[in-house]
Amino acid sequence: MKLRFNRKQLCIPYAVFLVFFVLAPLFVILYYAFTDGQGKISFSNFANFFTNTNTLGTLLYSFSLAIVTTLVCLVIAYPTAYILARSNLKKKYVLLLLFILPMWINFTLRITALKEILSLLEGNISAYPFLNSVIGMTYDFMPFMILPLYTSLLKLDKSLLEAASDLGGNKLTVFLRVTLPLSVPGIISGMTMVLLPSMTNYVVLDMLYNSTYIMGSLIGSYFSAYDWNNGSMISLVLLVIIFIVTLVTNRFSDKDSNARGAVL
Amino acid sequence: MDKNENIIELIDVRKVFDGDTVAVESFNLQVKKGEFVTFLGPSGCGKTTTLRMIAGFELPTSGKILLNGEDISKLPPNKRPVNTVFQKYALFPHLNVYENIAFGLRLKKIENTYVNKNGETYVKREKLTKSEIDKKVRKALEIVDLEGFEKRGVSTLSGGQQQRIAIARAIVNEPEILLLDEPLGALDLKMRKEMQIELKKMHKKLGITFIYVTHDQEEALTMSDKVVVINDGEIQQTGTPTEIYNEPINTFVADFIGESNIFNGTLVGKLKVKFCGATFNCLDDYEINQLVDVVVRPEDIKICTPEEGQLKGRVISSVFKGVHYEITVGIGKFEIIIHSTTDAPVGGIIGLRIEPDGIHLMEKVYTVNKYDGVITKTNKVEFGDGEFECDVTCLYAGSHLDEEGYLVTAQGEKLDLTGTEVDVEVDTHDIMMSDDLSSGGAQGNIISMIYKGDHYRYIVRTEDNEEDYVLSCPDMWNTGDLVGIIIPKEKIKLSLKVTEDGK
Repeated sequence: MKLRFNRKQLCIPYAVFLVFFVLAPLFVILYYAFTDGQGKISFSNFANFFTNTNTLGTLLYSFSLAIVTTLVCLVIAYPTAYILARSNLKKKYVLLLLFILPMWINFTLRITALKEILSLLEGNISAYPFLNSVIGMTYDFMPFMILPLYTSLLKLDKSLLEAASDLGGNKLTVFLRVTLPLSVPGIISGMTMVLLPSMTNYVVLDMLYNSTYIMGSLIGSYFSAYDWNNGSMISLVLLVIIFIVTLVTNRFSDKDSNARGAVL
Repeated sequence: MDKNENIIELIDVRKVFDGDTVAVESFNLQVKKGEFVTFLGPSGCGKTTTLRMIAGFELPTSGKILLNGEDISKLPPNKRPVNTVFQKYALFPHLNVYENIAFGLRLKKIENTYVNKNGETYVKREKLTKSEIDKKVRKALEIVDLEGFEKRGVSTLSGGQQQRIAIARAIVNEPEILLLDEPLGALDLKMRKEMQIELKKMHKKLGITFIYVTHDQEEALTMSDKVVVINDGEIQQTGTPTEIYNEPINTFVADFIGESNIFNGTLVGKLKVKFCGATFNCLDDYEINQLVDVVVRPEDIKICTPEEGQLKGRVISSVFKGVHYEITVGIGKFEIIIHSTTDAPVGGIIGLRIEPDGIHLMEKVYTVNKYDGVITKTNKVEFGDGEFECDVTCLYAGSHLDEEGYLVTAQGEKLDLTGTEVDVEVDTHDIMMSDDLSSGGAQGNIISMIYKGDHYRYIVRTEDNEEDYVLSCPDMWNTGDLVGIIIPKEKIKLSLKVTEDGK
């Protein structure tokens, strides 16, 4: 007998995975978020989230950390990507590889190395928790910013820049009026890819002795205290926030869905 | 404007890419204000590079570009009063039609004159006001016949409409010169014809100087006041469309512009030229016995009865082309193409007549190949990116080679020729091509072929140092073929280089 699969059958492994590891846990989270410890339906967790100053403070701290990280990444990545994409360097793929290479090294190892460097520079690294966390996350997520920017700048038609300067634009105007607007999809895509993980990646903070909670660590702390209900609610709220952010940014990058694609 | 009415002048412009690829060589051109000038040539001939140097996207390696007498060679594009219509339009995808056209206007500053309280006039450089911009954009849209398209996104437009927007975006800035880089290349035939007429109309209406780049000879002849035929980075001929067509200066121009029959001819008397085995009266005056290329346009050959004809031949084929028949006639080993409004029966014998004004003579550019060569250790000669067997004894009269390979002169002197520099000459009909690349002394690609009635003239260019071999061959090869170059030993003519110390 010959083995034949149609397309539906080929979907089965993924569908099973989806049901057991995505859908089912989601329902479990939903269930815990809207019940109390005794299994009765309750909205107290929801109320807790928005009345507890601790939780709101953590949300705010996470947001500021994520936004600062994203902006720092953008400021460093844009010129780098611009130079890489615009230059005629024969070695530019080597350069690009150097920026991507850290992604291939285990991230705990990277952060440990960074910790050593920072303690060498700062002495007591626990004195600058916020700064160090930003540095750590920037280091960690930089490739996710560079790649989409690089791709969208690389795709930029050179004749558009020539046209802009032909019509009287100097180098700055050409950049501001043509290059920058046309790289917006890349910017949005890069920002999404840095902003969301840096709101939750508490391992970086832990390793760099930043004891302030961010969303990730807050959820962890509830779960380790066996408070499934409040932990689930926070996860759910975070999920909704991420969903909204993605929805809004997708609107911008719709035109240019390729920008997300990496070159390597 | 003063007596110097050339709006733009290119003086000895040369452009070299990557250190050794010459794109444009000794380019000299004057364009008068209001002219429609076309750069015409095959792809890769340097026409677009020249245009880009006028626009400012490329800087000439040497030479000058003068605009109204001022040197602009080093100015960036935004400082030049010229605008470009790009080959693929290059419209800004993030802006709508209105904003695309207004792009240049929003950056422009104009000098306004004011009078202050004390009655003194002063000049202020100011941006255009919103209503000024609005008026100009609408005017430009009107010129290209796309009123009402202001709010449309550029990606929603058809190719022809995008082309018009690209033109509007350029002319709205009122440039002194409008540069057009194969602007109609991406349009279909019908659309292209329409746009050709419209561009011509626009040129008349606006009075702007147009410099137009195309590889389409028909387009060039239809639209231009002046055609500049370019090949291999050099101007071949500059003239009005009629001049270019009727009086081509060399076989390249004759072959590139329109169809032509090209033959080898010899002057046999005052204003008498012999080709295809017959003697014809001609109008071009050359010395007797001068070898020439003879160009005859297919429509300049008249069919008559065999008795009346200067030439007599058999009709090989006849193809109806709409307005005329394209008739191929075989005369001995020659083939002649004729355009005639009347048909001739295939296989029939007909006579042909050519009037003196239909015969164009041009001096042969290539009669012999000349190279600088060096004798190698094995008594071969190295030239033109290759190494060939040769007869070194022809360098010294009466000499011979001994067993060890040394040359012994008539006086008994023993010479080691290794490293001797020589001049090498090879006749065009002594070079042969072969599919077997290793069989020849050199190899290269066929870069040009021109049919000469009974044989083809080829130019083979080597890859390493771009040395050219010009040769005649009766067989048909294809341009771009990689071939081996074979030259028989006895056909390589060597002579010692005359050096200063007389050795």
